[in-house]
Amino acid sequence: MTSEKQDELKALALRVREHIVRLSTDGGCFTGASLSCADLLVYLYADFLNISPATVNAPDRDFLFLSKGHDVPALYGTFAELGFMPKERLANHLKSNDSIYWHPNRSVPGVEFHSGSLGHLPSVGLGVALDNRLRGLKNRTIVITGDGELNEGSVWETVLVAAAHKLSNFTLVVDRNHFQANVATEDLIPLEPLGPKFEAFGWAVQRIDGHDFAQLEAAFGALPFSDTKPSVIICDTVRGRGLPSIEARADRWFCNFSSDEVVELLKELHSQEATTLTSETLTVR
Amino acid sequence: MNYEELIKETALADDRLIVMTAENRALIRNLPAVLGPRFIDTGITEQTLIGSAAGLALRGRIPVVHALATFLTLRAFEFIRTDVGIGQLPVKISSFVPGFLSDGNGPTHQAIEDVALMRGIPGMTVFAPADEEDMLAMLPQIWASPSPAYVRINTRKGTYSHAPFEMGKAEVVATGTDVTILVYGMLFEQALIARELLEAQGKSVGLVNMRTLKPVDEATLLQVVRAGGLVVTLEDHFQTGGLYSILAEVLLKNELTAKVLPIALNEKWYKPGLLSEVLEYEGFTGQHIAQRIAEKLGANPAAITTKTEVVENQFAE
Repeated sequence: MTSEKQDELKALALRVREHIVRLSTDGGCFTGASLSCADLLVYLYADFLNISPATVNAPDRDFLFLSKGHDVPALYGTFAELGFMPKERLANHLKSNDSIYWHPNRSVPGVEFHSGSLGHLPSVGLGVALDNRLRGLKNRTIVITGDGELNEGSVWETVLVAAAHKLSNFTLVVDRNHFQANVATEDLIPLEPLGPKFEAFGWAVQRIDGHDFAQLEAAFGALPFSDTKPSVIICDTVRGRGLPSIEARADRWFCNFSSDEVVELLKELHSQEATTLTSETLTVR
Repeated sequence: MNYEELIKETALADDRLIVMTAENRALIRNLPAVLGPRFIDTGITEQTLIGSAAGLALRGRIPVVHALATFLTLRAFEFIRTDVGIGQLPVKISSFVPGFLSDGNGPTHQAIEDVALMRGIPGMTVFAPADEEDMLAMLPQIWASPSPAYVRINTRKGTYSHAPFEMGKAEVVATGTDVTILVYGMLFEQALIARELLEAQGKSVGLVNMRTLKPVDEATLLQVVRAGGLVVTLEDHFQTGGLYSILAEVLLKNELTAKVLPIALNEKWYKPGLLSEVLEYEGFTGQHIAQRIAEKLGANPAAITTKTEVVENQFAE
């Protein structure tokens, strides 16, 4: 990936993070979990998936299912920046005149299916991948799960079934931000060694830094990892990424900041990103 | 024609139809060879079965899913409610050995709250055929409908020749002035016997095969209530949440009351055994039902002496 491309994606991710911070008030949202997967979603929608605002219903589009639905601010922030929805629509967060709330709603263009209850969309995605294979289509089906979500037995049912069906068009992405709702994963239900777990279940595995666009490109660009196995990409991420004051904190899962705090957090966000962005990309924003 | 032949014929004519199972193949053993990749067995994974059926339905397919009634409605309940229900997807649930039909399996396998659970899901339709003929008549309409559907599979051979099926309409087998039995599913055959026994005692006995529990045929229920006489709700289901509750809801909604005798499983699972043993022990043979109704009518139950022969269930799993 060129450095220009990386800068472009970083600038986009910064704008998505601004949306997440702005949604973290007046009722709040799941800020930490949204910030951890912002780079992943930005990369997928801006640079990888065969889907655009004009093709949200195209039969040959790629399918992305957000199973950890509580990070929907990252998805909607990405949608707002890429033209899937008008940015003003985010102002309807938690208002009864729209369907913008703490989990995804399918009436929003680009949302393939509602989620919120963990452990559901791996199986729904499995059904879509089975259908695409039945039709002989090359569409990719990608399901993003949290790492805490891997506590759910239904995820492992689907992991078994997808391997049994040799579903190479099916990809699971784990946003490995190392936290469940309230506790570090390894302090509650340890997941490591996570890659070997998936390998033992018959999956092809890559593990990367989920905030590094070059690594994201290298991993997703290599899909499918196998012609006879489903693929999983474990993205090591940081909960709250971009805001050091809340990064990797067990008590920053759901946040409802005051408007003054939001102003401070936006400053903090920019002070972080400024160190890695050129003045030119900042001006573009 | 049997269930397997019907679904095979339907699937061969319509490639939207996908036959799915969580390794419950009792009714569909010959279909893998016929349908190839449109036969999907997810193994013993009811949650993934329903979730992936929802995914297939999202893509325009009509998945017909097969598993034991208890495991579908209980283990996978949230997937039915959240993926199929909120999604309003045309997933068709063929629920195997519901109610008394799990006879010897024991309480783990007794789906006797399934009607209560399924009808609580917005948009879900719920059906309980009286016998195989009744079921085969309703399935084509159920599979063709855009709604999610739950069907209490019943492959028992009946003796009654049914009227044509109409979605949302009950089948009025007979009207009566002393008592009307409202029934659904496999107990229909016992209700027919009970009716004969009571008629032999000089009672005028109505009988309604409910067929569709949701949307319920409110007009027929009101007709029965307004005709006066005792109303019996007969079901292999917990007394809470099934037909007795449905009738109560309809009565309240219409500011009516009635003299009702619920014959159901009241706060208990049933004693497992051969079907004949179950019905005898729990008081659900035609004879027992007639006696319970006679007693409620103030007649002499001991006068009903003809013991009911129960045809055993043919499925073990």
